[in-house]
Amino acid sequence: MSLPAGHAFGDLEVGAVVAKAEPKITRDDLVRYAGASVDLNPIHYNAVTAAEVGLPGVLAHGMLTAALALQVVVDWIGDPTAVISYETRFTRPVVVDPVDGATLSISAKVARLDPDGHTARIDITVSYEGRTVLGKTQAQVRFRP
Amino acid sequence: MAPLNPDLAGRVFPPTNYLVGREKIREFARAVRSTNPLHHDVEASRAAGFADVVAPPTFSTVVLGPAVTQLMESPGTGIELHRVVHGSEKIEYRRPIVAGDDLSTTLTIVDVSERAGNSFLSTICEVCDETGALVATVTSSFLHRGDA
Repeated sequence: MSLPAGHAFGDLEVGAVVAKAEPKITRDDLVRYAGASVDLNPIHYNAVTAAEVGLPGVLAHGMLTAALALQVVVDWIGDPTAVISYETRFTRPVVVDPVDGATLSISAKVARLDPDGHTARIDITVSYEGRTVLGKTQAQVRFRP
Repeated sequence: MAPLNPDLAGRVFPPTNYLVGREKIREFARAVRSTNPLHHDVEASRAAGFADVVAPPTFSTVVLGPAVTQLMESPGTGIELHRVVHGSEKIEYRRPIVAGDDLSTTLTIVDVSERAGNSFLSTICEVCDETGALVATVTSSFLHRGDA
């Protein structure tokens, strides 16, 4: 079912960085994701609510940060259906400034190869202002036999 | 604050349904900035062997929405929505989600624990299609913040 274009399993090397990106998240992006994901928690768009519950500001949805991190891998392999599993831990909030937004630093590398199943584990690191915001972020990707 | 009801562990909630729409997939793909044709172009998706456009991998969060809402709004759990923080998520696919899928999600509470005034809740959701075949399994954990 999964036919990644442009990358052969045999060309992968453990430890190789395969993709990087620095996407910027704005408040507009949060509103768009809130509607698309039907996660309407006001801490993701309303500064007053965020302050009332003791948060340092409006936060990005954890699953938006996770999706943008995975998108770096999907863009690299060219096929979203190659992703057979994905996991992450939300370790630190991403505060989105009303003017400057928040710019993430994302890097994906090959962590493990399974020649029998033609699958690769891709580990992704995501940081914001020099600190990681997601932990143990791993995608299992199945390649063409 | 009362801690979460420890009897929640092992509780299985009634299945919730979600009919996957083509425009919802396109809207979600735009929100996560995926321009991949499989999320937008029906012809490209059919050429790749799918019945319709294919959902991005994290679209499972949309499908699970009604099941999670049912949990959060269920009386007697001790859950207060504004105290809930998402801790982790693991999505395992048997096959991609495609527009037209009529999916049912069964949420089970795996574990409830208390530590340092906070509660921790873990759930597993099984997403099945209209034939009963498993499409995806999603394991989640949540922190329920205490007053401290």
